[in-house]
Amino acid sequence: MKRIYVNESRCIGCRLCEWECVFANSGLDAMFKLKDLAAENFAPRIRVEGGEKAELNFAVNCRHCEKAICVQSCIAGALSKTGEGMVVIDDKKCVGCFTCVLVCPFGAIMPRADGKAAQKCMLCTDNIKGEPNCVKYCPNGAIVFEER
Amino acid sequence: MDYVIIGNGTAAVACIEGIRSEDASGSIALISSENRHCYGRPLISYLLSGAIKAENADYRPRDFYQNNGVKTYLGKTVSRIAPNEKRVYLSDGASLEYGKLLIATGSRPFVPPMEGLESVKDRFTFMTFDDMEKLSRVLSPEKSALIIGAGLIGLKCAEGMYGSVKSITVVDMADRILPSVLNSDCSAMMQAMLSAKGINFILNDSAAKFEKNSVTLKSGKKLTFDILVTAVGVRPETSLAAEAGIEVDRGIVVNAKSETNIPDIYAAGDCSEGYDMSTGTKRVLAILPNAYMQGKCAGVNMAGGVSSFMNAVPLNAVGFFGWHVLTAGCYEGEAFEERTATTYKKLFVKEGRLVGFILLNDIQRAGIYTSLIREKTPLSEVDFELLKNAPQLLAFSKQARAAKLTRKV
Ligand SMILES: Cc1cc2nc3c(=O)[nH]c(=O)nc-3n(C[C@H](O)[C@H](O)[C@H](O)COP(=O)(O)OP(=O)(O)OC[C@H]3O[C@@H](n4cnc5c(N)ncnc54)[C@H](O)[C@@H]3O)c2cc1C
Repeated sequence: MKRIYVNESRCIGCRLCEWECVFANSGLDAMFKLKDLAAENFAPRIRVEGGEKAELNFAVNCRHCEKAICVQSCIAGALSKTGEGMVVIDDKKCVGCFTCVLVCPFGAIMPRADGKAAQKCMLCTDNIKGEPNCVKYCPNGAIVFEER
Repeated sequence: MDYVIIGNGTAAVACIEGIRSEDASGSIALISSENRHCYGRPLISYLLSGAIKAENADYRPRDFYQNNGVKTYLGKTVSRIAPNEKRVYLSDGASLEYGKLLIATGSRPFVPPMEGLESVKDRFTFMTFDDMEKLSRVLSPEKSALIIGAGLIGLKCAEGMYGSVKSITVVDMADRILPSVLNSDCSAMMQAMLSAKGINFILNDSAAKFEKNSVTLKSGKKLTFDILVTAVGVRPETSLAAEAGIEVDRGIVVNAKSETNIPDIYAAGDCSEGYDMSTGTKRVLAILPNAYMQGKCAGVNMAGGVSSFMNAVPLNAVGFFGWHVLTAGCYEGEAFEERTATTYKKLFVKEGRLVGFILLNDIQRAGIYTSLIREKTPLSEVDFELLKNAPQLLAFSKQARAAKLTRKV
C-alpha cells in the first residue's frame, strides 16, 4: 500500500500541508475561506513539528502501521484496517475516549475540533480530494506518497 | 472443534483474529452467556446517555463470526471444563470437545456484603448491555440515584444518567474519586468539575445498612434514593478455571504466551493476570487494550504461531463532560508537574526512564509518552527537556526519527 513518508531535509516548516489538510476536509471550495476559522478549530490531521524558522521541521501524520496499536486498543471498534492496510475511523462509533491518542507512538491521531471524537489521516479517501492533498501541494517534495 | 472460546468480549474477538492470522480453516466455536453480538463493553455509559446508538455499539461488524467461520453459542453458559476429556459442558447439558481452549470470561461485578441490600427494589450493577437497558428503563427526572463506588465504572454510570434523573450522589470509602486511576491532586480537580455539574460526593464513607429506599452510612449519615447502582469494583471471573484445577491467583495465571498451567488451555483478558512492565509485576490489568493484546497473542499461539505478550502497560483514558484524563504506567520516582486551573500534567521518571504519567485536558500526542514507557527508552537517548514541554518526535535522534517516519512501520 502507498503510504505517506516525509523527508525532513526538504521541509522548511511552512505548514502549507496543515492548511491543505484542513482545507481538504473542510468541504469548502477555496482555501482562503478558512481565514475566518477560529484558531481552536484549526485541527489538521498532519502536524508540522519544529517552530517557525526552526533548524529542523518535518510533518507527521498517520503511519498506517501494519500492527496498528490504535486499532487494537479502540474500546468501540471504531478504528479498523481496510483490506489494503489503511487505518480508518468510523466517527459514528467513536465516543471520544481518546485511548487511541494515549497509545499512538507517533502522536498521529488527535481529537476532532469539537472534541467529541478522534480524527486521523485517511489519505484523503474520506473527502472529495481522493489523493493526499498535503502531498500534492507540498512545494518542496518533503512529503511523498509511495510504496516502500 | 479445533478451537473453543468461552466468552464474547474483546479477548474472545481478538483470539479469533489471532487464530485466523495463522489458520484459515480450523473450526472455531464461541460460547457466551450474553446473548448478543459482541459490543464495546465500555460503551454502555454512552448508550445510557444516548451519546451513541445501539446499532453503532457493535465491536465488530455483524458478519464477523460468519466471515471468520465461527460457530456461536450465544446465551449459553459453560458450567464446567473437563481438561482430562478436553471437553466443556454447558449448563443446558450439551458439551463440546476442544483441541485448544481459551477462557475469556472477563470480570464480574464485586458487590460486598451490605446489610439490607436485598430490600432495595431498584438495584443495579453496571457491567453489561443488559444492565444498562434495565437501568435505562427506571430513569426518570423525579428520581434520585445513589452510586456506591467512585471508580471508573461508577462515574461513567453517573455521566450516563446525568440529565435523566433529579440528582446523583456518589459514595466511596476512599478519600478521593477515581482512587485507582488518579493521584489526589488531579482527582481533586476532576471532582471539583463534577461537583460543579451538580453531582454530589460523599467520600471516606460507605454504606452500612440499607432499608428499602434509604441507607445509613458508616458515619451515621442517612440518605434516601430511588435508584441504587453498586460499582465498588470488579473481580476476575475465574470460577470455571479454578474448578477445573487451573492455577488461579488473583486472576488465572498465564505465561507470556497466554497459556495456563494445563496443556491446551489458554486464558486472556480481565479474567487473567498479565505482566505489568511498568512495575515488573504480575497483576490483573482489567482494561480493554490489554484484553485485545492478550487475546490476540493467545489466538496466534493456539493456532501454532509464535507470539509473546510481555509489555502490558496500565492505561486509562477517561473522559467526563468534555474533560479528559489520560494516564499510563505507575506513579513512582521523580516527578515533574505542571498545572493550570484546568490542566494538569505529571510525569514520573525512575532509573533514567519514564515510568508513568497523568495528563488532564492536555492530552495531545500522549502516545509518544506511552511508547517511551512501553519501549523502556533510556531518557539519555532523547531530549527529555523538549518532551517535558510536550510530546514530540523532535526529541528523538535523527536515526530513531527516520525509522519512524521514512519507513513502513
Ligand atoms: C462501564 C465500563 C466502562 C469501561 N471503560 C473502559 C475504558 O474506558 N477503557 C478500558 O480500557 N476498559 C474499560 N472497561 C473495561 C473493559 O470493558 C474490559 O477490560 C474488557 O471488556 C475486558 O474484555 P474481556 O474480553 O476480558 O471480558 P468481557 O468483555 O467482560 O467478556 C467476558 C464475556 O464472557 C462471558 N462469560 C463469562 N463467564 C462465562 C461462562 N461461564 N460461560 C459463557 N460465557 C461466559 C460473559 O458473559 C462476557 O460476555 C470498562 C468496563 C465497564 C463495565
